[in-house]
Amino acid sequence: MNPLLEVKNLKKYFKTGGGMLHAVDNVSFTLDEGKTLGVVGESGCGKSTLGRTVLHLLEPTDGQIFFQGKDITNPSRKELRQLRENMQIIFQDPFSSLDPRKTVSEAIMEPLIVRGGMSKADMQAKTRELMDTVGLAARLEHSYPHELDGGRRQRIGIACALALEPKFIVCDEPVSALDVSIQAQVINLMLDLQEQRGLSYMFVTHDLSVVKYISDDILVMYLGQVVEKAPADELFSNTLHPYSKALLSAIPVPKYPNNAQRILLKGEITSPINPKPGCRFAARCRYATEACSKPQTLVECSPGHFIACCRYKEIQEHKEDNENA
Amino acid sequence: MENKYLLQIKDLAVEYHTDEDTVYAVNNISLELRKGEALGLVGETGAGKTTVAKSILGILPKVQSEITSGEILFEGENLLALSEKKMQKIRGNKIAMIFQDPMTALNPIETVGFQITEAIRQHNKISKYEGQQRACEMLEMVGIPRERYNEYPHQFSGGMKQRVVIAMALACNPELLLADEPTTALDVTIQAQVLEMMRTLREQMNTSVILITHDFGVVADFCESVAVTYAGEIVEKGSVDRIFNNAQHPYTQGLFGSLPSLDSKERRLKPIKGLMPDPTKVQKGCVFCDRCPHATEQCAAVKPAPVETEPGHFVKCSLVKGAEQ
Repeated sequence: MNPLLEVKNLKKYFKTGGGMLHAVDNVSFTLDEGKTLGVVGESGCGKSTLGRTVLHLLEPTDGQIFFQGKDITNPSRKELRQLRENMQIIFQDPFSSLDPRKTVSEAIMEPLIVRGGMSKADMQAKTRELMDTVGLAARLEHSYPHELDGGRRQRIGIACALALEPKFIVCDEPVSALDVSIQAQVINLMLDLQEQRGLSYMFVTHDLSVVKYISDDILVMYLGQVVEKAPADELFSNTLHPYSKALLSAIPVPKYPNNAQRILLKGEITSPINPKPGCRFAARCRYATEACSKPQTLVECSPGHFIACCRYKEIQEHKEDNENA
Repeated sequence: MENKYLLQIKDLAVEYHTDEDTVYAVNNISLELRKGEALGLVGETGAGKTTVAKSILGILPKVQSEITSGEILFEGENLLALSEKKMQKIRGNKIAMIFQDPMTALNPIETVGFQITEAIRQHNKISKYEGQQRACEMLEMVGIPRERYNEYPHQFSGGMKQRVVIAMALACNPELLLADEPTTALDVTIQAQVLEMMRTLREQMNTSVILITHDFGVVADFCESVAVTYAGEIVEKGSVDRIFNNAQHPYTQGLFGSLPSLDSKERRLKPIKGLMPDPTKVQKGCVFCDRCPHATEQCAAVKPAPVETEPGHFVKCSLVKGAEQ
């Protein structure tokens, strides 16, 4: 069976005054139906750009995108409209992604109006059904976004994304702006919807504990490139790339006492404008050698676990030596 | 006994007045801080955390806000009774604050060096040259080379700007540092760097800290004691160990249940049902009773008093052991 979504060597460069900004560089992945792909990385690593490029909200510079086995890299306007019915997005900020002059029901109905082909009564019935699905009380139908709290606003965003019954949704930091108790409600809702409707998610976030919880596979990105790709449990139990290790160790764990050793990275993300060939993490990596200045390729080190680091074997042995010593 | 605490907040209540309503932001909060102690003030949006910090510094918006009761004793002196002139001598000198957003806390048209020097010379009678030297030392202390003294905020990244803000806050060697979500706007690896630096500086200078955050992970990492706020009240306080390993209040327990854990395999989070109560209405009984799974009629009718369940561990819930029924 074909995967629902397949992305091959996708690139998205932006032209800037200083040169080409490599926002997404050679990213490949596949996503099966009903699964969730987590994309993690720090601000500026290209994770949101990746999500938007897959949806054609941004045009890819190079590479190929297949959806349900069909090449959708360069769709015509008509094809794109059809695609959008199947591919939707939930935005990060429920405070700015909604039209302040539309009521809850108007906002949810809009995708239905744009698609057309439904009577007004049908659309209203569908809107009510959607509100019910995402847990918005019917009495809020005529409320405006400013009257609602962040959790409810994000539910409107989810209802809009679900309106056309898509197969695939890009979730761009859908819970980052919410308080923890509300965040848990929204995550549970998204998991329920996935079970009921067989949705596939691409879950873009910087919150590693959320991503582990919700994802089947995880991509770790650094400066536009995938540095490690693995099933969620595997990534957390057998982290190989020095960047992923530092990233995971930096999560503050709500546990006391907490004796976890923290790997502190020196410096900050370097500029993605005209990057040099070779490992982009090398400047901050304590294992970096000359070999790291050559371009790194993503290799499969164990089934399903990919890593872009030429020294991962040595690092692993080094770690074992330390443990034995 | 009077000097046991560096800071003692007694029964503080703050209201905000709008055209139509009165918002009861802080309702009779009492809090103590020992010298050298780091206290985590935890809670969700709208719990009144920042209002408490602003009351201590006396920087609440003058027209809309009103402190209706309480005392804030700092080194035995009631800050609320001091004149503005005296407050100016304390503010930035003995008590300093780090704001959440480093992007807006700095003046964009002055160099960072000038801004630190200004803070130092405001409180110390020293020459311009001496002030500059001190500012350079502060920059180096937070890991910024002194050559960058003459650069402007926009030339720094987010993590660097937050270091500048911290350097400015610590420049006068304050007794008390109020850190309002100091790492929330930063990426995890940068957050780890900044927290590590703050920890080292705290050890060197023996500064007391009130860390305001919604992130339990950061609290576990940095603080010795915790106060959990909800709807303008402190519902539970105690040592980090007791709160993390023996949380008694249903709200605190709910918060921990809402967090996706890195080790657990559970497929569903246990969110707290419902939403925060309307802050414009006075709660007659327990503030949490609407969302509490254990609430009884008693809870809605009578406001519980704090109960000391074990030494130093206070819980504001009428259902815990030791509370009068």
